[in-house]
Amino acid sequence: MPEREITYANAVRDAMSEEMRRDPDVYFMGEDIGVYRGAFGVSAGMIEEFGPGRVIETPISETAFMGAAAGSAVTGMRPIVELMFSDFMAVCYDQIINQAAKMRYMFGGIARVPMVIRAAAGGGTGAAAQHSQSLEQMYCHVPGLKVVVPSTPYDAKGLLKSAIRDDNCVVFLEQKLLYGTKGVVPDEEYLIPLGLADVKREGADLSVITYGRTVQMSLAVADRLAEEGHSIEVLDLRTLSPLDCGAIVNSVKKTKKAVIVHEAVKFGGFGGEIAAVIADSEAFYSLAAPIKRVGALYCPIPCSPILEKTVLPGESRIEEAIREIL
Amino acid sequence: MERAVNSRGCAGESILKDKALLRKMLEGIMIARKFEEKVVELFSKGFIHGTTHLGIGEEATGIGTTMALSRGDYMLCTHRGHAPAIGKGCDINGMMAEMLGRESGVCRGRGGSMHIADFSRGILGANGIVGANAPLACGAAMTISLKGIPDRISAVFFGDGASNQGAVHEAMNFAASRGLPVMFCLVNNAYGMSTSIKKAVKETDLTKRAAAYGMKSFECDGNDVLAVYGTAREARRHVLENGPCLLVEHTYRTSGHSKSDGNLYRTKEEIAGWEAANPIARFSSFLLERRLFTRDEIDAIDRSAAAVIEAAAEYALAAPCPRAEEAMDGVFA
Ligand SMILES: Cc1ncc(C[n+]2csc(CCOP(=O)(O)OP(=O)(O)O)c2C)c(N)n1
Ligand SMILES: [Mg+2]
Repeated sequence: MPEREITYANAVRDAMSEEMRRDPDVYFMGEDIGVYRGAFGVSAGMIEEFGPGRVIETPISETAFMGAAAGSAVTGMRPIVELMFSDFMAVCYDQIINQAAKMRYMFGGIARVPMVIRAAAGGGTGAAAQHSQSLEQMYCHVPGLKVVVPSTPYDAKGLLKSAIRDDNCVVFLEQKLLYGTKGVVPDEEYLIPLGLADVKREGADLSVITYGRTVQMSLAVADRLAEEGHSIEVLDLRTLSPLDCGAIVNSVKKTKKAVIVHEAVKFGGFGGEIAAVIADSEAFYSLAAPIKRVGALYCPIPCSPILEKTVLPGESRIEEAIREIL
Repeated sequence: MERAVNSRGCAGESILKDKALLRKMLEGIMIARKFEEKVVELFSKGFIHGTTHLGIGEEATGIGTTMALSRGDYMLCTHRGHAPAIGKGCDINGMMAEMLGRESGVCRGRGGSMHIADFSRGILGANGIVGANAPLACGAAMTISLKGIPDRISAVFFGDGASNQGAVHEAMNFAASRGLPVMFCLVNNAYGMSTSIKKAVKETDLTKRAAAYGMKSFECDGNDVLAVYGTAREARRHVLENGPCLLVEHTYRTSGHSKSDGNLYRTKEEIAGWEAANPIARFSSFLLERRLFTRDEIDAIDRSAAAVIEAAAEYALAAPCPRAEEAMDGVFA
């Protein structure tokens, strides 16, 4: 099958463009997504191809355009909304949490809210406390929202296409430090269903359960530990809501040990839910060691590179947690 | 690019007799410019991590406005907040060290370029969330009125782009409805990132926003530091006597929006036109034309501004980095 290597950013762009070519109801809206190409250059070429009628640049009014997206979604459009930084979701939280997420159930199932909220998440860029957060767990806690966090170009493209075709509000959290990373995607169309985890590396001795940017770190650690004869499995959840509980349980039943890794603050993070899924299932009886969690320290993200590095999880913290229970 | 520079505020001839004040203004805009030029240099040498938003071309708004404030006044600025912080008296060495993420930076290296703060000088912080500072400014004004503090106001900077945030509208109404001492300083540089004001709003005369909330508005040529100072002084007096007002300052950012701006949304000619009208050149020629300063005096001020920045860079480069063990210090009081 013909394939090519593209960046994560281009994978996102290609998914949007393909869906916009396929379905005239899909449109794209956000701040500075035209000639500026978005803060991370994701939408390069889109305004040129689709014009300002379908690549809609907004004033700096997140509440207005987020609500407008939801309003157009329930009346037949399929908006993709870009929030420059996922931190800015806090500005339009009501439109996401109380409106978009609620309309389907609250109106007795008569409404569909087919919209995608794309946002750049995560730290490591020195942009400090208001531009570096990983807040996925906040969306996972709201019934009615689907939450996707892709870790590779292949996944980003396939998952985003599914998200755009989904009839629900999907929060699609891109990892800004992964935008420049490259991966292979097939030339022909493919979709990755939401709600399916992916074993990124098979192993027998321990399962690292993770998603987003820490997938790549976990794979690097697993490679190093393989040289010492340890066989580490890396399970990439890809979609956090709905969660692929079966994949988690199966992996832990096989390896008997689990380390959960995410970039978000460990305390109150989504890792607690994953640990609970294990503890709440038959995998509990297979556990040969305590479940370990790796996440950011309980602290706003600092600007100083030394402090930021300390606060965010990295390969050494992942390796330490693995070694603790190997 | 049309220039809405219909300056209604006027510094008045009496200011021109105050040579020390004029010197401070010129030095202020020069320091602000050189500070940012140094930031660019340190960035290119790899000393600065993260991003930064330069306000090259807009120095007169930040300096002229804050020079009209008193030391006790509160001031909240934006992501493009270096000049207002400098004008409000922030320690330049501490600011430069903050840019480099050092422990002796004004925010101990935690905040960086986008979050300069110095509460001892009323600088309640630069903000990374566009428009979010306006409600905070209302709160600082509430403290002033609840405690009955005399001769103090709360000033908040925000951009033409930010003027379309709900938070800003709510704050204006909130302040106006209860007569809070807030000076809303709208720095209209005609763009929010790449989005021209003509695209973002139907009514580009942003002074009209004030009327909707029952506030008085002021307007000035934001590239004329004297006009900014004079208008801001008048606006401040209005706030003390009558409650909140909106002050619109027209200027232009000749630097890119941030580090990663390719300037694809505007022409080189437009930028060049505004570069020629930059506030330092304009104020310098004004001072020369009116024979208020000699060329030598201006050059001396330029040299002393440069020395301030060189010293700040030296200080910052030698300043200690934060200690990893202290990363979690200060999450709670
Ligand atoms: C709530 C929010 N939305 C978007 C951004 C991204 N952003 C940062 S600065 C900026 C432009 C702001 O324009 P304006 O208010 O005119 O100020 P200027 O940058 O021109 O000084 C944007 C869109 C942000 N930081 N916060
Ligand atoms: Mg602006």
